[in-house]
Amino acid sequence: MTDTLRTSLFAVFVALLILGTGFLDNWNLALVILNYGLISAIMALGVNLQWGLAGLFNVGVMGFVALGGLASVLITMPPVTEAWAAGGGRVLLGLAIGAAAIAVLVTVYKRMAKGRTRNLVMIVLSIASFFAFRTVFDGGVSAIESVNPSLSGYLGGLNFGGDAGRDWWWMPIIAWPVGGLLAAGAAWAIGKVALGLRSDYLAIATLGIAEIIVAVLKNENWMSRGVLNVTGLPRPVPYETDLQVDPAFVTAANDLGIDATTASTLAVKLLYAGLFSVFLIVLLLLAQRALHSPWGRMMRAIRDNEVAAEAMGKDVTRRHLQIFIIGSAICGLAGAMMTTLDGQMTPAAYQPLRFTFLVWVMVIVGGSGNNIGSVLGGMLIWWLWVAVGEYGPDLMIWATSALHAESALKASLIDSAPQMRFLVMGTVLLLILRFSPRGILPEK
Amino acid sequence: MTDNPYRDDRGNNDRSITKSGGGVAQPVTSGQSSPAPGTPFLIGDAMTGGYGKGPDILHSCTIAVEPGEIAVIVGPNGAGKSTAMKAMFGMLDVRSGRVMLDGEDITALSPQQRVVKGMGFVPQTHNIFTSMTVEENLEMGAFIRRDDFRDTMAQIYDLFPILKEKRLQPAGELSGGQRQQVAVGRALMTKPKVLMLDEPTAGVSPIVMDELFDRIIEVARTGIPILMVEQNARQALEIADKAYVLVQGANAHTGTGKELLANPEVRRSFLGG
Amino acid sequence: MEFLNGLVFLTNFVIVPALAYGAQLAIGALGVTLVYAILRFSNFAHGDTMAFGTAVTIKVTAVLVAMGITLGPLPTALLAMPVGILATGLLVLGTDWLIYKFYRQQKAKPVILVIVSLGVMFVMNGLTRVFIGVRDIQFADGARFLMTVRQFKDWTGLDEGLAIKTTQAITLVTAAITVAALFWFLNKTRTGKSMRAFSDNEDLALLSGIDPDRVVRVTWLIVAALATIAGVLYGLDKSFKAFTYFQLLLPIFAAAIVGGIGNPVGAIAGGFLIAFAEVTVTYPLKKVLTYWLPDGMGPDGLVQLLSGDYKFAVSFMILLIVLLFKPTGLFKGQNI
Repeated sequence: MTDTLRTSLFAVFVALLILGTGFLDNWNLALVILNYGLISAIMALGVNLQWGLAGLFNVGVMGFVALGGLASVLITMPPVTEAWAAGGGRVLLGLAIGAAAIAVLVTVYKRMAKGRTRNLVMIVLSIASFFAFRTVFDGGVSAIESVNPSLSGYLGGLNFGGDAGRDWWWMPIIAWPVGGLLAAGAAWAIGKVALGLRSDYLAIATLGIAEIIVAVLKNENWMSRGVLNVTGLPRPVPYETDLQVDPAFVTAANDLGIDATTASTLAVKLLYAGLFSVFLIVLLLLAQRALHSPWGRMMRAIRDNEVAAEAMGKDVTRRHLQIFIIGSAICGLAGAMMTTLDGQMTPAAYQPLRFTFLVWVMVIVGGSGNNIGSVLGGMLIWWLWVAVGEYGPDLMIWATSALHAESALKASLIDSAPQMRFLVMGTVLLLILRFSPRGILPEK
Repeated sequence: MTDNPYRDDRGNNDRSITKSGGGVAQPVTSGQSSPAPGTPFLIGDAMTGGYGKGPDILHSCTIAVEPGEIAVIVGPNGAGKSTAMKAMFGMLDVRSGRVMLDGEDITALSPQQRVVKGMGFVPQTHNIFTSMTVEENLEMGAFIRRDDFRDTMAQIYDLFPILKEKRLQPAGELSGGQRQQVAVGRALMTKPKVLMLDEPTAGVSPIVMDELFDRIIEVARTGIPILMVEQNARQALEIADKAYVLVQGANAHTGTGKELLANPEVRRSFLGG
Repeated sequence: MEFLNGLVFLTNFVIVPALAYGAQLAIGALGVTLVYAILRFSNFAHGDTMAFGTAVTIKVTAVLVAMGITLGPLPTALLAMPVGILATGLLVLGTDWLIYKFYRQQKAKPVILVIVSLGVMFVMNGLTRVFIGVRDIQFADGARFLMTVRQFKDWTGLDEGLAIKTTQAITLVTAAITVAALFWFLNKTRTGKSMRAFSDNEDLALLSGIDPDRVVRVTWLIVAALATIAGVLYGLDKSFKAFTYFQLLLPIFAAAIVGGIGNPVGAIAGGFLIAFAEVTVTYPLKKVLTYWLPDGMGPDGLVQLLSGDYKFAVSFMILLIVLLFKPTGLFKGQNI
């Protein structure tokens, strides 16, 4: 079987799964799967760049996705002026103190001679600056959080349009690349530390940083309301209710023979799907070009033999940092899209199994090192994830129908059906690793 | 990328998730031995073979050792010296030819089975357990023995007094020459019928090298035949009862050490005149 | 008096909880480090192995309690733990036979095994959830305290009290026994030494006649025991929830790496270091400082350096600092 044929068959298969869901169940579900599938595909593309092309084991995908989500809030929400007046300056000052302290500490570490004096100075400086930071910062935070806590209690975003800016359809789309930038910034900092000094502790570093990012999002209420969630995020597409009262739309729907309510939900989802597809296709084209460029060949050379590449004068650490930032930025972009699609920021929803390890399953199943493979793998695994959750309970009821109606086993099996997702994902991953270790579409 | 999809190198440098140094030996699968009376004590007879699916490195190469002898394999770089020894130890596929030990055909045995049959092998590198003490290294050498091996250990301490002194130190902290003594001691713990040394003096200073040769002669005096691969051809030939010069995986010259030292062709081609 | 009160307060709220938590992390980290040393990969499924062992123990405890069998003042779970260990042992041996063994025969690179362990993690996670659900479960019974605040105050006459929970005492005793047994096994027995040899130099271990399959089997059994013990102790001390156990992976990995991954002494040191750092930094120290500093100099704020939700950040900062300044971890090694 040629590569092209294999790729086309896989693509047709994934398309059939989604279309089949539409035809056999309902189109709303099919489109929801498609939209989240497209976002998952973008995440998988980012991880594939890092893992497939460079061999970097990033298990902190969740953190970058969450940062993207934060960007979505920060860019699209209008600022809360009272909160800014109450403590905005103080919080900024606190952050500035923190940043300055880190800069001073780094300078001291670099400039002073090694020894006890330096250690002492470092310790005293860090303790002093920590307390200075907390004193200034905490005051600002409590001032902000006391401003109308049930509705805002945070600084809001940076949407300069104010409340009118909520209706600007292009604002969320701008937020997506900003999400990528935010993730890239974090990736730079992590990469500098983890890749620069010991390239060989990336896994644990990313695992930790992802937890920290999510902890920050959960706790720093002044920034994004923490677990109180920011709801009602602006969106790049019209609202269903607006469509339903738009006479032109209603007529068009009626002409197609669909009632206006269903048509509006489908239309919104289709618009999202279109937007996401544009981003995915552009990213995929860029990734494909990168893969076959001299840069991509160099990356693969480094991956396959780091020592030889280094001996040939390649700056391995720098290249790794580069691709780590790019891959993380793509994950951030996808995270921003997802938050916009959700319409709200819910930090508690970020769980590593769903946002880190599931993306890994997508990449490995699709084919590490193969961009198209990981994109299709992303869609496939996402379909499976939803399908097991949606149809699993029904299937379980059917499978246990032979059991006595009041049997405790039956009840517990039906209760546990939603947990089957994890079993299925693990089994799929293990089967692929065992029988097709290079994934469905192997790297060429 | 390699042919084996499970052996890609991607991601293997991350120390928080992987530990390097896994086994690389790909021994021949274990089989049965069969009696082969009337052959030399240890002989690799007309061995032809190479690693895995690779090309042949040995071409009908024959190496034999009789009891009480020191036999050495010498030859230029890349002549297949170590390969010949590994073939006799079962670490590569012998496609034709046989290996026999003490009247038994052991060609089909795995290296572990050959150890049980009485072969002691000291690899060239990574030949000690660096994180374990000297004494533990010797104990591990005696792993297949279920009897009391304290006598053997005492004999080894007599042979290598420095090891007794350092017996509670981690072997990785010893000097190069001392490590080689640990390695030889470990192999002797099974009370082997034959001891095979792969370049025991690689990477040690000339003084240490002389001392190591002395120790090896002492080991031979205890009655164990020794087969040894050596880079330092001249010294090796001086102590050898029997010597094999290999060139490109085939026997080029065979004789006693003295004969070969006197052989003008051997002298000219690789003893440097 | 002031000083003693402060010390008692610190002991009650920081030192004792941190000791217990540290012991739990240490046993968890020992499991991770053993797999790393012998099978040469980081086992992402370890948290879920702990969860599985604990889940079985909880079920057996429930059966025992229903039958009226308890351990009196001690938690019944201790009686049920051997069954949990056995079940976990069977599970990991089965996993090894069905899954990992194939990759060893292929001589797969360690990173493949890491990814395989991700798959195993999903499966074990699902198994545990199906088996016991996702709720928070308290399963500690028996006496709650070894020493209550009131007893301590009456006994010493101090203003501050010191309470020691039964579970904390049990954690420390069990951990001490477990660690002693493990070290005795690794350093004194033939099988233990062969495991160390295998970890040090796989090829030479083969040449010495050490059976790799046996080493791997014994390792998995020990890992199952360690994981179950760590999981049960943690669950007794706090509570059981499948997801929490998965999250323990981070501090456990951090502990193993801080100590020098592959090194058992390091795993223990790392466990306590991480635990002490987490508890100290996230506990309000105001009262201690009020006692210790001269009158009037006591702090106004709570002196809680970081909110409790940042405990992962603490273990991570410790990890970063250690890796920056001592890249191989506190104890060198990679070998057990």
